[in-house]
Amino acid sequence: MHPIRKQRLQIVLLIVVASSLAAGLIAYMLGQNANYFFTPSQVLQGEAPVNVTIRAGGMVVQGSIERSADSLDVSFLVTDGLGILKVSYSGILPDLFAEGEAAIATGKLGADKVLRASQVLAKHDENYTPPEVADAMNQAYKLKQQGKYSPQEAEK
Amino acid sequence: MIAELGHFALIIALAMAVLQSVVPMVGSFRGYSNWMRLGSSLSIGQLLFVAISFLCLVMAFLNDDFSLKYVSQNSNTALPDHYKISAVWAAHEGSLLLWALILAGWTAAVALFSRSLPLVLIARILSVLGAISVGFALFLLLTSNPFERLLPMAPMEGADLNPLLQDIGLIIHPPMLYMGYVGFAVPFAFAIAALIGGQFDSAWARWSRPWINLAWVFLTIGITLGSWWAYYELGWGGWWFWDPVENASLMPWLVGTALMHSVSATEKRGVFRSWTLLLAIFAFSLSLLGTFLVRSGILTSVHAFASDPERGVFMLMFLAIVIGGSLMLFALRGPAMQKVAAYSGWSREVMLLINNVILVSAMTMILIGTLYPLVADVLELGKISVGPPYFNFFFVPLTFGLVVAMGIAVFTKWKSTESRLILSKIPVPLLLAIICGGVFPFYLATDYSFSIVAGLTVFMTVWLTATIAVDLIDKVGTNIKRVARLSYSYLGMQLAHTGLAICVLGVGLSSAYDQTRELRMAPGDNAEIAGYTFNFSGVNPVAGPNFTAFQAQIKVTQDRRLVANLYPEKRHYNAGGQVMTEAAIDPSLTRDIYVSLGEPLTGGAWALSLQVKPFVRCIWLGAIMVGLGGLLAATDRRYRRRKKSQTKPAVAS
Repeated sequence: MHPIRKQRLQIVLLIVVASSLAAGLIAYMLGQNANYFFTPSQVLQGEAPVNVTIRAGGMVVQGSIERSADSLDVSFLVTDGLGILKVSYSGILPDLFAEGEAAIATGKLGADKVLRASQVLAKHDENYTPPEVADAMNQAYKLKQQGKYSPQEAEK
Repeated sequence: MIAELGHFALIIALAMAVLQSVVPMVGSFRGYSNWMRLGSSLSIGQLLFVAISFLCLVMAFLNDDFSLKYVSQNSNTALPDHYKISAVWAAHEGSLLLWALILAGWTAAVALFSRSLPLVLIARILSVLGAISVGFALFLLLTSNPFERLLPMAPMEGADLNPLLQDIGLIIHPPMLYMGYVGFAVPFAFAIAALIGGQFDSAWARWSRPWINLAWVFLTIGITLGSWWAYYELGWGGWWFWDPVENASLMPWLVGTALMHSVSATEKRGVFRSWTLLLAIFAFSLSLLGTFLVRSGILTSVHAFASDPERGVFMLMFLAIVIGGSLMLFALRGPAMQKVAAYSGWSREVMLLINNVILVSAMTMILIGTLYPLVADVLELGKISVGPPYFNFFFVPLTFGLVVAMGIAVFTKWKSTESRLILSKIPVPLLLAIICGGVFPFYLATDYSFSIVAGLTVFMTVWLTATIAVDLIDKVGTNIKRVARLSYSYLGMQLAHTGLAICVLGVGLSSAYDQTRELRMAPGDNAEIAGYTFNFSGVNPVAGPNFTAFQAQIKVTQDRRLVANLYPEKRHYNAGGQVMTEAAIDPSLTRDIYVSLGEPLTGGAWALSLQVKPFVRCIWLGAIMVGLGGLLAATDRRYRRRKKSQTKPAVAS
């Protein structure tokens, strides 16, 4: 083979190998770090994996926030109108976190179906509902309308 | 009345932009020199009318004209005047008008300061910039008119500016960022003009370098301000979240940095020509993509995009035309521009190539990580967010590679360098870096443990600064006065690289040694972190101009010596009822003490967040040095002198 062609072939091969390595690595890391969103009813129905970082959220149930008396441990319930999920967290809650408002928690689900959150996000201004939560509420509402889902079943 | 004037001025500006995009371009093909000359007058006229339009919107804000929908949504009579002005660009419509104003400003600057360029070229550049203006003016008028009235039911009071945006950082951050984004339109327009003409000479590179530098400086400062704002205003001490909005600004910066380096090789050696053109196209395309991502609502959800389809579809079409059209043009004309030039392994060309490969790889990985959740949502693969570990996994080693290459690159020469020469310079900085990287972490850690992150960070910083020092000593010798003889572009480069070393130091050490405690504190309680004692003496109500707040007093002492009295606040804004955390910071070069107030708990106790962040200030200090370095390089005498000497032959011919 002509030396210049040989050199070009080497360069092309190098680029192909390097970029496929990079693509593989990116795909792997994306898979490792992609946090999926689940609604409380999906979690109760067992769709969410246990001990994997996920996001879950809904409306914070009225009167469900329980603060520990001597630490920053806190727990609360979130609902999408169908299922209710318990979230436990230790630390300061965001400014706009409140009962009856939307919140999204990132964390790992325990075998007891309690989400141990490492981060809690609330809406970041007055008029904003996180789209994941809005979507979940809408879907739940539709399912209820069609009578395809009875909350008692899932809560058992 | 003022609003109608503003609306009308915007329509006139659109008409001028249409003329500007067509007349000089047609003239350049037909050889009508008076048609081509029209470009610069039109661009100045366009600037005038966009400025009138913008001033009208500012007036509407200052006059509290709540009959304008945009004003009523983003302002309030109780808002101080300077925030009323900055509220102009607090949301979608006004920030697009600012975008258009800045574009008109850059265009007029090109028209005024580039008279030495061949007329055909300048005509085409102004046409391309005019066409971009048309796109933005249409977008404003058709989908996002800031002058839209709320009649006949005009509200008496506005909804108020989001309190997070009521801050000096947010007054200057968006204009700086936009100056950078839009500034990349200039090298883009020049690249398109060069591709249309099919001619490319090193004058292109020389001419475009200061423009690329300036745009890049603004973007650097803009991103720095954004990060600084997030640090002290969001209240929780983070300075970079790998949030899609942040990524949208980092991507054009990375490509802009690559462009700035490759264009130097294009100017000096005529190499990487088509690659430089491609980078110029990508830098601006990513700026547009950034505007699109942030402003279309697509980032919060693809459904938010669907709920306001007009805007989204317009932007997507605009993006498709700009990126698709310019890449098509590049595919047709780009390869013919390539010039074969020889350079060997240890040349500056190769080092710049390594720089470009690393920067473009970093951009690609961020682009994939940012767009993947959108693609997954469209394909109904689930609602995903990509976590910071993904970005750190790639960005940290890439930065390490970049810094190592930068240290070697200062010793290389164009075309080829004797490897003996390079190998003779490297040992001292390398040894110094290894020793410091191995020793300093023991000294810095409070418990004398070794942190690998800190070790590598110190290694990178010392390696980079030591190589720069060795090169400076080589050039200057013992006579310090010789520094004055070095060119501004060389000094600018070294300043920017030193800035990066300091920035890396801040990022690495603040990540390695950050200490945070969130805890419950009752009045009189003490807490200790990193050798500092925090005494909480309670909370008092205070009142601000448009908010009331709870203010805590925290006394910070070290070995019974008073370090600082800190007063973090929890604010309640009267107009919208928003609650905001206002952190209190005791700054110093080697550490920040950062205290913020959480929520009230039972028995007069409060949740508090106490943080000690070593060297965190170096992040922004370094970034500002990077920006100043770019500015220094842009003012190099070389660009001015050569321009003047070029004027003569142009006149003679």
